Amino acid sequence: MTHAIELLDVRKSFGKTEIIRGTSLAVNAGERVAIIGPNGAGKSTLFNLISGRFGLTSGEIKLNGERIDGLKPYEVNRRGLARSFQVSNLFVRLSVFENIRCAVLWSLGYRYAFWKFLADLTDANERAEEVLRMIRLDRRRDVLAMNLTYAEQRALEIGITIAGGASVILLDEPTAGMSKSETQRFVQLIREVTAGKTLLTVEHDMGVVFGLADKIAVLVYGEVLAYDEPEAVRANPRVQEAYLGSVSADHAAGH
Amino acid sequence: MAAHSFRFKPWNVGRWLIWGLFALGLAVAPLLWQSGFALTMLSQIGIAIVACLAYNVLLGQGGMLSFGHAVYSGLGSFLAIHTLNMASAGQLALPVSLVPLVGGVAGLFFAALLGYVTTKKAGTTFAMITLGIGELVWSMSLMLPEFFGGEGGVTGNRVVGKPLLGISFGPQIQVYYLIAVYCFVCTVAMFAVTRTPLGRMLNAVRDNPERVEFIGYSTQRVRFIAFMISGFFAGIAGGLGALNFEIVTAEVVGAARSGAYLLFVFLGGATFFFGPIIGAVLMVVALVLLSEWTKAWLLYLGLIFLFMVMYAPGGVASLIMMNLRVAAYGKLRRLWVAYLALAGTSLGVLGGIAVMIEMVYHVQLNPALGPQMTLLGATLDARGLDSWFGAAFVVLISGALFELTRRSFQRQWGDVQEEIEREIKRREALT
Amino acid sequence: MDQLVINLLNGISSGLLLFMLSSGLTLIFSMMGVLNFAHASFYLLGAYFAYTLTGLVGFWPALLLAPLLAGAAGALFERSALRRVHKFGHVPELLITFGLSYVILELVQLVWGRSTVPFAAPAALEGPAFTLIQSASHGFSLVWGVAPPELCSAAGDICSRFPRTRAFMMAVALLMLLAVWLLLTRTRIGLVIQAALTHPEMAESLGHNVPRVFMLVFGSGCALAGLAGVIGGITFVTEPNMAAIGPIIFAVIVIGGMGSLPGAFLGSLLVGLLQTMPLTIDKSLVDLAARVGWIVDAGNWLYPVLKITLAQAAPILPYLLLVLILIFRPKGLLGTREG
Repeated sequence: MTHAIELLDVRKSFGKTEIIRGTSLAVNAGERVAIIGPNGAGKSTLFNLISGRFGLTSGEIKLNGERIDGLKPYEVNRRGLARSFQVSNLFVRLSVFENIRCAVLWSLGYRYAFWKFLADLTDANERAEEVLRMIRLDRRRDVLAMNLTYAEQRALEIGITIAGGASVILLDEPTAGMSKSETQRFVQLIREVTAGKTLLTVEHDMGVVFGLADKIAVLVYGEVLAYDEPEAVRANPRVQEAYLGSVSADHAAGH
Repeated sequence: MAAHSFRFKPWNVGRWLIWGLFALGLAVAPLLWQSGFALTMLSQIGIAIVACLAYNVLLGQGGMLSFGHAVYSGLGSFLAIHTLNMASAGQLALPVSLVPLVGGVAGLFFAALLGYVTTKKAGTTFAMITLGIGELVWSMSLMLPEFFGGEGGVTGNRVVGKPLLGISFGPQIQVYYLIAVYCFVCTVAMFAVTRTPLGRMLNAVRDNPERVEFIGYSTQRVRFIAFMISGFFAGIAGGLGALNFEIVTAEVVGAARSGAYLLFVFLGGATFFFGPIIGAVLMVVALVLLSEWTKAWLLYLGLIFLFMVMYAPGGVASLIMMNLRVAAYGKLRRLWVAYLALAGTSLGVLGGIAVMIEMVYHVQLNPALGPQMTLLGATLDARGLDSWFGAAFVVLISGALFELTRRSFQRQWGDVQEEIEREIKRREALT
Repeated sequence: MDQLVINLLNGISSGLLLFMLSSGLTLIFSMMGVLNFAHASFYLLGAYFAYTLTGLVGFWPALLLAPLLAGAAGALFERSALRRVHKFGHVPELLITFGLSYVILELVQLVWGRSTVPFAAPAALEGPAFTLIQSASHGFSLVWGVAPPELCSAAGDICSRFPRTRAFMMAVALLMLLAVWLLLTRTRIGLVIQAALTHPEMAESLGHNVPRVFMLVFGSGCALAGLAGVIGGITFVTEPNMAAIGPIIFAVIVIGGMGSLPGAFLGSLLVGLLQTMPLTIDKSLVDLAARVGWIVDAGNWLYPVLKITLAQAAPILPYLLLVLILIFRPKGLLGTREG
């Protein structure tokens, strides 16, 4: 059966340093996978490789059975994969609504049209309003992206990512820098907006991970140490030794 | 029959009003300023508006800094005048009023040809490439006198054949109205482009070129298309120029002209659509009038530009919009005293400095005329100590007063902005 | 043959002059991300400062003082104007240096006038460094300094001279390259500069005054340009139009690769040779076509383009190379950064 995303012995070196050392992963459609690991393990690099921002040194990446390694980011996106960024990557001088509408345009086939008016594109406008409501920013519709609060920017970041209707969503540390309550609201938001889609998310917050994910992949020094259901991963001794040990102690202590 | 949902789409009266006023202004201007000189200036302003708006498609809307815009307007001029000559010779049955379109097509063609390479890179590298290509075309203009006309340029005659409905384009007033029509249509067209998917994606590319790629668009393709649109309208401006002056020389593709586009679009304000229109007016006024009044005009321009980049990077348009916002909240009245004081003291400072600069220029560049010079009606001895002391005194006193008023103004401005922010929050909470 | 040698040396010396300019520009760009559009203006300033200083204290002190003055002017500009614009991004930085180029040009013309000034080389640098003699009777020989007239007077003898000023240019450029390389790699301040290049915040939190480092770097880059100006001033004509070397420098750094010092070196040499070597070739594509038997006459619509001789085309060759590089190797010859 065709996996939504498949990584086959992916390797990436920057100069002489090998960051990703033979990672293999297979994610089924509709699954929610969290990628965890210590800092510098290569999680963001992995996302960059999948989404086309960086090229591979060797290996294969497949999206719905089709090879996407070596493609430009927009080519990958047009095949149904969208990603968010750890540091909000917004169109700062456009309003919230415009940000989302831009993300919608290609998926509705408008391409490079300069002979149609945006105001007349009812499907784009309606879809943008819909996404706006989903991420709960409808009251900030006309605010410029640079004037939003941090949490609002993170919400917009996710909005831009899902607006195009991609079937595979990559979220890079979506709840980074948020407070406990904000995080909880965000997890709920993520669950809603990615319903029915394949989700890969990089996370540090174990609460989020264990609450959201169907499966967890543990990435340490560019290799997948374990890829299994949350409880199995939690119990895995190698994982505990490499990464989880101190964290679950914190968790048990009630952080 | 199912009831349709009632959608209330009121007429955007404001928009019709503004465009109406613009058209009215274009139509009525020559009746207000009737001298031949004024007509020449108005014609040049009309042409400059198209050229500057075309430039701002790149700068303000796309974030692309080009040092070679004159290449496309200039090549448009050359092709237009050659076409005009072909029409005059009877080889081509093209009405004179369509000649600017030929310029536009030429601009589009060259933008397509050169733009592919140019838009491969972004930011400062893009700027350097446009500079290099500008130099390339300029150097070629000296090497190909057959096309570029050598030292004397290429001349033409815009009166071709019999007049149609009394319009022969011989008199300047007729050329003006042709320019006005093109100016209006082009402005509307370029404004319309800003409201299309491409226009919006161009803004997105300006704000975050990398992110654009992750929502399905090729940044380079967006830039390339924008480059071609800019080239098209620049070519139209060039064609209008060819008709207006009936002569095209190599300097229309030169670095000085490209630099002028950059300077004045920036001064006018690149961040608002109407900024380049202001810039166009400033450009013609500076190049035609200011250069007559003082030899130091390029120095003044450079200094003004430096100050704008440092303190008002949004240009005149942003200053206007900021004050409009203050007025919209009803607080402009409080600031007028401060503004008056600022204006008066800065006039003193600038006036004193200008006097000193003028005296230096006079001594340096007009030594044969002796040290006496007249400035604004007053006689000054450029070598005399009292003139210098007087000027320095004015500068120092005005400078001190300016600093005082500036601090007070800054305080008041800050207060006003705070009040406006609070008001905005209050209104938001109500919705 | 000797003409070829002289031409080659001319090309290399031009390239080294371009390198003096492009290296300063690259240093500023690498360290600060600012492309100094006014770089050629500091070249201009260096020449004019040296001209005036030579009249006051003689050439050799001026050779030292003029670059320092130019550097000081650059540092002053960085401190008062450029610094304010850092926070707006790279485009405003480029714009402000663009404005500066206008202002400097006008001020120079104001103080020294709009025509050329008689900035002459000192006695020690006058005349040829060596003369190559191609003699029908004696063959090929080299004479240091000026060749005695009798060696050149016979029919069939060709004397080609290589000016001392050009030789001096090459020497200064190479010395400068060595000095900069040593400074960057062997001294503490060089280490700090290298650190501030990639991690300015970190360098600042370690106690280094990063704004001051920036001012130093910008000033040094301008000083290098000023030094080039002194040399250029005595070798070529000193006039306001000297600043026209600006666009060529920018082409050089794009060709070599933005931000790469070795690239600037390679690009400078290439462009220097491209500008100089073709000057002796008075042949055009028409002549080339004629060699293979294809006659192109004035009736052919391509004739105006094809009749341009290589010598006439020399000014645009660097820009043609720029376009070619952009098509086939957009990163530049030795480039690593994506501009």
